[in-house]
Amino acid sequence: MSTPGDTRLNSPHRNHDDPILERLYAQMVLIRRFEERVLELFAAGELFGTTHCYIGQEANAVGIINHLAPRDIIFSSHRCHGHFLARTGKADLLMAELMGRATGLVGGRGGSQHICYENFYSNGVQGGIVPTATGMALAEKMQRTGAIATVFMGDGTLGEGLVYEAFNLASLWKAPILFVIENNRWSQSTPVEKQLAGSMLDRGRAFGIESGEIESTDAEELYSHFATIVSKVRQEQRPHLEVIHTYRLCHHSKSDDMRPADEIERYRQNEPLPKLRCRLDPKVADRLDEEAQSTVEQAVTWARQQPFPSASTLCDGAAAGFAPAENYGTAPQA
Amino acid sequence: MATNVLNSLNAALHKMLSEDSRVVVLGEDLLDPYGGAFKITKGLSTKFPDRVLTMPLSEAGFTALAAGMAIRGLRPVVEIMFGDFLMLAADQIVNHIGKYRWMYNDKVRVPLVIRTPMGGRRGYGPTHSQTLEKHFIGAPGWHVVAPSPFHEPGTLLRRAVLEDDDPVLFIENKAMYARLVREAPADGRLGDFHARTTAGSYPTVTLSFDSFSRADVTLVAYGGMAELVETAAEQLLMREEIFCELVVPSSLSPINLEPILESLRRTGKLVVCEEGTQTAGWGAELIAAVSARAFELLQAAPLRVAAKDLPIANTSTLETAILPQLEDITQAVLRVCSNNRRVMTR
Repeated sequence: MSTPGDTRLNSPHRNHDDPILERLYAQMVLIRRFEERVLELFAAGELFGTTHCYIGQEANAVGIINHLAPRDIIFSSHRCHGHFLARTGKADLLMAELMGRATGLVGGRGGSQHICYENFYSNGVQGGIVPTATGMALAEKMQRTGAIATVFMGDGTLGEGLVYEAFNLASLWKAPILFVIENNRWSQSTPVEKQLAGSMLDRGRAFGIESGEIESTDAEELYSHFATIVSKVRQEQRPHLEVIHTYRLCHHSKSDDMRPADEIERYRQNEPLPKLRCRLDPKVADRLDEEAQSTVEQAVTWARQQPFPSASTLCDGAAAGFAPAENYGTAPQA
Repeated sequence: MATNVLNSLNAALHKMLSEDSRVVVLGEDLLDPYGGAFKITKGLSTKFPDRVLTMPLSEAGFTALAAGMAIRGLRPVVEIMFGDFLMLAADQIVNHIGKYRWMYNDKVRVPLVIRTPMGGRRGYGPTHSQTLEKHFIGAPGWHVVAPSPFHEPGTLLRRAVLEDDDPVLFIENKAMYARLVREAPADGRLGDFHARTTAGSYPTVTLSFDSFSRADVTLVAYGGMAELVETAAEQLLMREEIFCELVVPSSLSPINLEPILESLRRTGKLVVCEEGTQTAGWGAELIAAVSARAFELLQAAPLRVAAKDLPIANTSTLETAILPQLEDITQAVLRVCSNNRRVMTR
């Protein structure tokens, strides 16, 4: 068992002197409780649209994101709750967003897949975020801020051609970006072997990008593994690709799981939460469980009290010169 | 001093790069000595090697790259070598770049300019001659701007790059690059015309033969069609004694209806000309907007002059037959006038 002791750690929602294992566990249990609650609220009809949960993959987010500095950029995808909560801990703002409230992360405009908070971004179309994050990394490099970017994608996203345009550009221009492929083995309802030919690592290596892989659901192991990777991207100012072989224990979105039950059960033995929990003082673990539960319940209570956005705010943030609320036919005579 | 459209744009890029360190230029084959397929970026890479970035054939990839740069504080100018290739970046334009500011509830800005040469009449054939901006008109979040020889193209580009906080699609008709810039002085004269220019970053220029008192038809056109429409107006005046007013917008989206309505109050007759295909085009939107807003001004059914809904042929006889020509404009004007006469005699 490794003992990470990186003193440059900077998590916005926990104190620096927290023992790292407790912090990793606290973040994972917050993500888990949050998403379990989200699924209940969906079933109860309290949330809009759809959601893509991260249940089973929590160790990836906490293993990587705790190495990032405040100005570092994260660009995430449709499955972004875990990354966001590991980064910010703002369960209340995310819950209000999922409930479509005016005080949510982006005022109810984005919902589950399209959020933005400080240096965290997500978007719901596969592939396109990868070159955008590469451009962000390059902009930081050109402006000498020292910040790096991390972009999260899944095995399914590797089908998008834009990913390879981004790999080429990142390698050519030495963008300080960490490409993380979370291979959860299922692209929606399609197993990875039916949608992906060849090697994930060779995809990065073909472009001259240093690429590695790890098969783990152990947050501590992942945390230790990514310490050197993040530091290399920052120090050497060049891209790195890392594949994490993991498993999604929940459905792709709300209710579309037709995977074999025995397969899911087999992977459940590798659940990231119990794996780390047993290394903690049981009293501490109990306390962290309770805190997560209470944070989530407070988030739900707070979010429910928030107002829905008014239609009178529709044009806020529209490109200048447009008045989309007025059609030509109903506009006043000039 | 007379300058052509190409040099106006090139000089503007030189000036912006030297004045503002946030400006970066990205595109294919930009580097000197080649300096870009149409030479708009000539000399830039020699003077600013760190901020003129030659890109692989990855239109979607480097458009997205520029978007990331724009969100993080730079002012990128993307060149898409031929407007036809803009479609390779359509997902970025529609699903990503145009949405970020509004979707993120005004938390970010994407001050990005994509400039690209559109248009035919050079025999480049089906995939290097199109006029495709109509597909992006009304795309939320985007300003679509087209300079003409009647606007100072370099000035419009400078406003798009340095003053506009929203993404701008900057459409340059490629047949126009060699034309002289003929910017009208404010409320001044331009050749045989009296000229008026609206306020704002992307103005509309209105040209009249007789100081905006008498006119028979309002002819609206933008970009490379503007000078063709000017020639048509001169012919119609000499041969038919029909007075046309020319309205030349530089902002295609959003459309500023006011100068068009202002001219229609004198003429009551409208012909809209564009080089793109006719169906669901810019002219269709313009006529719908005018009709809904001020139907009472129209004394005859408005007409469109546009390309046929076909691919653009390589050979000149077919290309000429597909793209709108001088004759199509004069015929449309005669038709809108004869329609009007029928209405009047009824």
